[in-house]
Amino acid sequence: MQYIDRLQVRKRINFRLRLNSILKYVFLGATLSGLVVLAILLIRTVSQGFAWIDWNFITGHLSMDPEKAGIMGAILGTFWLMLVVIFFTLILGMGAAIYLELYAKKGRVHSLIQTNIANLAGVPSIVYGILGLTVFVRLMDFGSTVLAGGLTLSLLILPIVIVSSQEALRAVPQTLGEASYGLGASKWQTIRNIDLPTALPSILTGSILALSRAIGETAPLVVLGIPALLIPFPGGFMDRFTALPMQIYYWTLDAALVEEYANLAAASIIILLLMLFILNSIAIYIRNKFQHRF
Amino acid sequence: MAVQTQLYAVPEIEKKESKEQNELENEKIFETKSLNLWYGETQALKNIELEIPEKSITAIIGPSGCGKSTFIKTLNRMVELIPSVQTKGDIHYKGSNILSNDYSAEALRTDVGMVFQKPNPFPKSIYDNVAYGPRIHGIKKKRILDEIVEKSLRDAFIWDEVKERLKDNAFGLSGGQQQRLCIARCLAIEPEVILMDEPTSALDPISTTKVEELIQSLKKQYSIVIVTHNMQQAARISDQTAFFLNGEVVEFGKTEELFTEPEDSRTMDYINGRFG
Repeated sequence: MQYIDRLQVRKRINFRLRLNSILKYVFLGATLSGLVVLAILLIRTVSQGFAWIDWNFITGHLSMDPEKAGIMGAILGTFWLMLVVIFFTLILGMGAAIYLELYAKKGRVHSLIQTNIANLAGVPSIVYGILGLTVFVRLMDFGSTVLAGGLTLSLLILPIVIVSSQEALRAVPQTLGEASYGLGASKWQTIRNIDLPTALPSILTGSILALSRAIGETAPLVVLGIPALLIPFPGGFMDRFTALPMQIYYWTLDAALVEEYANLAAASIIILLLMLFILNSIAIYIRNKFQHRF
Repeated sequence: MAVQTQLYAVPEIEKKESKEQNELENEKIFETKSLNLWYGETQALKNIELEIPEKSITAIIGPSGCGKSTFIKTLNRMVELIPSVQTKGDIHYKGSNILSNDYSAEALRTDVGMVFQKPNPFPKSIYDNVAYGPRIHGIKKKRILDEIVEKSLRDAFIWDEVKERLKDNAFGLSGGQQQRLCIARCLAIEPEVILMDEPTSALDPISTTKVEELIQSLKKQYSIVIVTHNMQQAARISDQTAFFLNGEVVEFGKTEELFTEPEDSRTMDYINGRFG
């Protein structure tokens, strides 16, 4: 008595193999369609904006005249913004992740907090803008400064940083923690010497991805009333500023009035992409460096 | 201590006399009193009453799920890392109750080291693995750390194999070497007791032999409690054996006696391979 009929199996083999090769191309198509759109976007942006990038454009002040306009103010604004966001999200995000994952008692309250953090990650960015406007700009009276903008963007990406850091900490093998506790280490010593170093590469990856998102955000800054006017370069956290996404946004809007503004917007996008590229490279460098140590 | 070392080699005739002497000299290091433990609703340990003598090897045998691993993990309170665990009863270590609230688990684990079932070196260099414990306890001077590392690795029979590559990552070692490194890491905190939870179950026969020889040599200085699935191993290396079944101690006595003439029929069945 045989349950498997060899003849039937042989007949079906061709069909199974063909299905496999068809599906392979379906998945390739899915990958390509994303890549093609991205490529079109990049080519269009570069062809439109690349010619406009020169030393004056990068280092100059804003100007109504497209030939004279520069975006140093926006670059500096984005840079200061990044500093604030990195500072607050890394400290608060890692702190919260360590508490939730390693210290907090797992119970109903814990899962309630956990669910809420996950939900917060899905809240539209403009809502964070409104929150920032109410709390940081008006209530705490920071005005439309780097600090107010940076805190708002920090709030925006904190949930992502917390959740991804938690996942990184969860991925540390339990046996390592046990070995450390078994030698009489306290919880903090174990976290400091075992959990954090092991999880750091993944924590950094998640945080940098979130940071890239914060840098590209426009909606919350619009609500905060960040201008794209001829203001002096920001030199500190309490200065008024403009940021690259804002610059791109206003130039695109005003392209209806002055045609060349569209090209300036494209050129600014290239600069923004370059900054993101540098940021990600730093992240990869740090990650590799740490991975080699362990 | 010198007396004990000699006792080990005394001829057969004198052995009976010295045996009694041995029992007197080997004071108990652990004493459990009506120890009960639950994982949530499931009771894993039931009224455990055991006296574990110092400077000797105590083996714990029994089928899977009988509570033997749980038991040794209560001796250094590692069970507390599992959230739903509840313990009742007393465990006296050198006279004080380690289950009382004011006994710190960290202090206990500095006295009672542990070697785990699967070798679990840290993803660090061989040197840093061994130096981890001393550093945790505040030793910073490189000269002292160097000495501790060398002594611990020598005592764990692995110095000659790794002395040329102390800075290499511990993951590059073989499984058996990793386990001996873990034992060295445990020795580096100079514990009184070493708990071993099936330390050779993930190792090949040759590595197992090496680790067993190592354990034998360690009992001169340390009190060792070892959980094992392997009854030959228990018979080979231990001085006394406890047989656990369904969370209870069925029988506890000198290894020779327990394996040759067990008092309980269940022990007999288990050591003869009728179940488990």
